[in-house]
Amino acid sequence: MSMTNHSKPDKTGASHNDSELIDRYEIRLSGSGGQGLILAGVMLAEAVATIDGKNCVQTQSYGPEARGGASRADVVISSGEIYYPKPMQLDMLLALSQEACDNYYHDLRENGLLIVDSHLVTQVPTTRCIGIPFSQLARHEIGNTMVANVISLGAICAISGVVSEAGLIEVVKRRAPRGTEEKNLAALQLGLVEGKKAKDRIRL
Amino acid sequence: MAENIRLMQGNEAVAEGAMIGGLRFFGGYPITPSTEIAEILARRLPKVGGKFIQMEDEIASVGAIIGASLAGSKSMTATSGPGFSLMVEGIGYAYMAEVPTVIVNVQRGGPSTGLPTKVAQADTMQARWGTHGDYIAIALAPQSVRETLDLTVRAMNLAEVYRTPVTLLTDEVLGHMREKVTIPEEGELEIINRQKPDVPASWYKHFEITPNFKSPMASFGDGYRFHVTGLTHDEEGFPTNKSVEILAKLTKLRNKIMRYLDDICQIETDGMEDAHVAVYAYGIVARAARQAVQMARARRMKVGQVRPITIWPSHDKKYKEIFSSKNLEAVIVAELNQGQLVYEVQRLVPKHVEVISLNRFDSELITPAQILNKIKEVR
Repeated sequence: MSMTNHSKPDKTGASHNDSELIDRYEIRLSGSGGQGLILAGVMLAEAVATIDGKNCVQTQSYGPEARGGASRADVVISSGEIYYPKPMQLDMLLALSQEACDNYYHDLRENGLLIVDSHLVTQVPTTRCIGIPFSQLARHEIGNTMVANVISLGAICAISGVVSEAGLIEVVKRRAPRGTEEKNLAALQLGLVEGKKAKDRIRL
Repeated sequence: MAENIRLMQGNEAVAEGAMIGGLRFFGGYPITPSTEIAEILARRLPKVGGKFIQMEDEIASVGAIIGASLAGSKSMTATSGPGFSLMVEGIGYAYMAEVPTVIVNVQRGGPSTGLPTKVAQADTMQARWGTHGDYIAIALAPQSVRETLDLTVRAMNLAEVYRTPVTLLTDEVLGHMREKVTIPEEGELEIINRQKPDVPASWYKHFEITPNFKSPMASFGDGYRFHVTGLTHDEEGFPTNKSVEILAKLTKLRNKIMRYLDDICQIETDGMEDAHVAVYAYGIVARAARQAVQMARARRMKVGQVRPITIWPSHDKKYKEIFSSKNLEAVIVAELNQGQLVYEVQRLVPKHVEVISLNRFDSELITPAQILNKIKEVR
């Protein structure tokens, strides 16, 4: 997984991959409404934009409901200018529900990486997939299922390297509701550890 | 981390721009996807001595901002399609009574209540022809979060200079999208305040027809007497049925904008000098167009881009110049509606240039790939 991809388009333009034209990394965080995925997307984008100093656009899609229903946050990262604000071909897809995995897997580019909650997504469409039981870890290791989103941020950081650890720590401190800072920071650390383990396990 | 770099939402940028531009009154009624603007201004306006009022509906909202502006405050409201439909009557009143006002329309899918959380550009023509009677509308459309901030300030400036309602047309994606933004430093953006009268009260005419079509504007309470009505009126604001006065008034309303197109109209072009194909798109779609143009050029195709920043009024002369570029064969007009600005382009291109409509109205953005495919079809 590299942030930049310098392969040149062929002259006919017939068979090449368009998002290779530019330095661009696209991540989608998806699952159900209420899992905190839009907040996770905002935190990721804020770390990238305000601390790592790269360009970043975060968009989202949600229905009129407050809870339930499909929910997703998209983050596009580049050290150059970002024109099209939404993903064109995902480099990474995080799916915290089977429905999200089924719906968005086809948006993942060839050689893109799928990360799923291995407890909630039981049928994975590819072997190029990292399973981490985010919700179970949140419940049993941290004692609060609400922090599964922050654990997944830690894992994304460890696996992709598109956001700095220091950036995420700072933003989690900034954004965590009063009194939950420690739990959220613990969740982030847990995600970083689990992400590193998973990355070593599958050797991408 | 620099203090002035923030991850900011489009709607936050409207509020930030409004505060920078000197907004002192917001009257509105919440509606997705514009609500954040009202939420933020409700917190921020009282801190600078401004007023925020949640009105009972959008008809009242536009009435409130007209009143506040007549009393001397820079005033704004924000809404989306369904609310904009209710506001158009008041916008016509503000136009006729020459009251500086800013109306933000964060466009969502329609018609009717349509799609509250989904993007569209379906109110493009409504921003031009929404109210009844002949009138000249000003509407601006940003493509990024930072430009949303800048154009909010500019919308307020234009409203003050030309004493007219100005619409800022954004959309759901831009309104909710978060992007890295450098907040402008104090003094970086030009802020214009309305011209006040400097004549004795007995000489003052609120709607005076001057050689430059600009009439100084006293506020209620300043000690100047004037009458305000939506009926066609004379220079003092009293209704008239005299055809001479009617013609003078309506011609002034027209000229005060149409004589200043060079100041009001901003158009961005890129690579039009040798372009065979041009992509014409505004707002968020212009970013898909930009991406597609980059892709096409990587394939050695000669493709240019035209982006109206001022959507209304149309600077016909400038567009005709742009579209008469010598190699131009086709213009692709990409819009998130069933085809609105395409008619504007059709009437402005030379006869031999083909105009191709690319429309999407399934609530998703037009993608760069869709535009690239259209470009390939032409070639």
